[in-house]
Amino acid sequence: MNDNLIEVRNLVKHFEVSKSVFSRNKKIVKAVDGISFDIKAGETLGLVGQSGCGKTTTARSLCLLDPKTSGSVNFYNPDTKNMESIDDIDDDGIRVFRRNMQMIFQDPYESLNPRWTIKDIIREPLDIHNIGSIAEREDAIVEILRTVGLTPPKNYLKRYPHEISGGQRQRVSIARTLVMKPKFVICDEPTSMLDVSIRISIMDLMLNLAKELDVSYLYITHDLAVARYMCNRIAVMFNGKIVEIAETEELLQNPIHPYTKRLISSIPIPDPSYKRERYEINFDELDKIISNNPDEKMIDVGNEHLVATHDTKGFFIET
Amino acid sequence: MSKILLEVKNLSMHYDTLEGNVEAVKNVSFNVNSGESFGLVGESGCGKTSVAMTLLQLQPENSIITEGSIKLDGKELVGLSENDLRKVRWDSISIVFQGAMNAWNPVIKIGEQIREAMREHYPQNSKQENINKINELFRMVGLDESISERFPHELSGGMKQRAVIALALSCDPKIIIADEPTTALDVVIQDQILNEIKKVQNLLGLSLIYISHDIAVIAEMTDKIAVMYAGSIVEMGPTKNVFTSPKHSYTRALLDSTPSIKGEKKKLRSLDGEPPSLIDKIDGCSFAPRCPDREISCNPTEHMSLIEIEPDHYVDVCSQGKI
Repeated sequence: MNDNLIEVRNLVKHFEVSKSVFSRNKKIVKAVDGISFDIKAGETLGLVGQSGCGKTTTARSLCLLDPKTSGSVNFYNPDTKNMESIDDIDDDGIRVFRRNMQMIFQDPYESLNPRWTIKDIIREPLDIHNIGSIAEREDAIVEILRTVGLTPPKNYLKRYPHEISGGQRQRVSIARTLVMKPKFVICDEPTSMLDVSIRISIMDLMLNLAKELDVSYLYITHDLAVARYMCNRIAVMFNGKIVEIAETEELLQNPIHPYTKRLISSIPIPDPSYKRERYEINFDELDKIISNNPDEKMIDVGNEHLVATHDTKGFFIET
Repeated sequence: MSKILLEVKNLSMHYDTLEGNVEAVKNVSFNVNSGESFGLVGESGCGKTSVAMTLLQLQPENSIITEGSIKLDGKELVGLSENDLRKVRWDSISIVFQGAMNAWNPVIKIGEQIREAMREHYPQNSKQENINKINELFRMVGLDESISERFPHELSGGMKQRAVIALALSCDPKIIIADEPTTALDVVIQDQILNEIKKVQNLLGLSLIYISHDIAVIAEMTDKIAVMYAGSIVEMGPTKNVFTSPKHSYTRALLDSTPSIKGEKKKLRSLDGEPPSLIDKIDGCSFAPRCPDREISCNPTEHMSLIEIEPDHYVDVCSQGKI
């Protein structure tokens, strides 16, 4: 029995940009350049990397917000109990797909319609997907507000987003996402806008809900400390490619790729007596090596720890 | 060496708004020695930036300093005229602002914007002298000299922030305030900027006031910290002492809610509730409604003040029973 929920193979997303409106030479930006990964049912995979490395583009391609350039994405359809390709989704299929795959956005100040009440915001997906009777929808809204800790729910139903705090807004975003009972949720830096003391409660809420409702997450962040807290496995991205992917503790204890080492060494440690050693790499050099070797392979060094091998001196990795 | 450079005493400031007075800074006292790094940490809205702005007296017009004194090198800053303040700002005390992206005028070249500040403070210098100095500062913060001739939109976020640091250093200040200089940047760039700030600070023997909500960054950057909550300092002391034996429940809550990539993976503790609105006058302990250790022993209506519990380590008196 294959228990993968999502299988991504060689996903590519290129953007064409032209210097000016009349320019004929188009430049291609390789935002995502051939990445592969699986997400198992009930698992949280962290996607970690610097700004501009293609994390969000990957997420948008996965949930069909932007069409991918090439590659394949298969998802588990709970109705047919089979893996299906997102290329085969027709207009009806996309409803089923979207019901099972939801997204939580970074900024709770911009992702909620300011003119709608909390009730309307959470109700919208239920209306769109025509789930349940009117009365059942009302019950579902109250129930999900209770689940995400906005209690008593009747105090929140009639409020507008500006009347509640940032942490509460992010709880509303989560409620709106989970009211659909999805199997898979993409979280794009959902806690980076929140204060430290509130951040943990949102992270704990998401972890608990994952267990309770059997949801898998793709968790996008640039902070490895947050990823460690949230994720079972972590994939490290650099310039549109995944350079290393492993179980969380394995990746942090035994990083192999130089970029992973650099990323880990740049995380501040909340302990004044700890002296952090910086691991320096030449980013231009690394970028050159990676772009000159488009067909690099991921090799397994054991324990499902995959590393990209760029078969060039300087970044040679022994098998 | 450990001469007191900046002495802030009983500083209180409020904003006069339509809804009432917002007491953003309440009875804040601290000293910064020369060459020392002092950290101000707390959640958003706790008054960190208000303290910074009050030190430079750059706060908005509706703010009023109700009490207290700010002494820089023995010279009182509260009550100085705008003209006298202009001499102090940038010359003795300068600031690296939060949003490097928005700190620059988009239509003027970077070098010209730095020279503008230098012309104001060193009218006697020739243009070439200023250019040489900017080149030297750029080298110090890891920028190429050619950046002077570029416009802000041509630089990346990290480069802009480096240039802001060069700007802050341009008039040889004794003390720099860094107000969340890395919040908009990703981890690798943050690491480079922090390293640059530390390097420059050691090289020039500057004092630094580092403001951040990120406990991990504060741990690395500072010798001494003050934890702020609802406009007041609730705990202050040498960074090492505060981290190893935090005395105030709020400090403990902050430390317990910070994830780390080193050491055992531990269950983090969240802090329920929201910080209080500063419009309502709070009698006694402002942290009491959220305090996880509240039942142990405290009187939330008691008047609060900082007491010294070990050399240089101060804590809000409420926590006395919980040590």
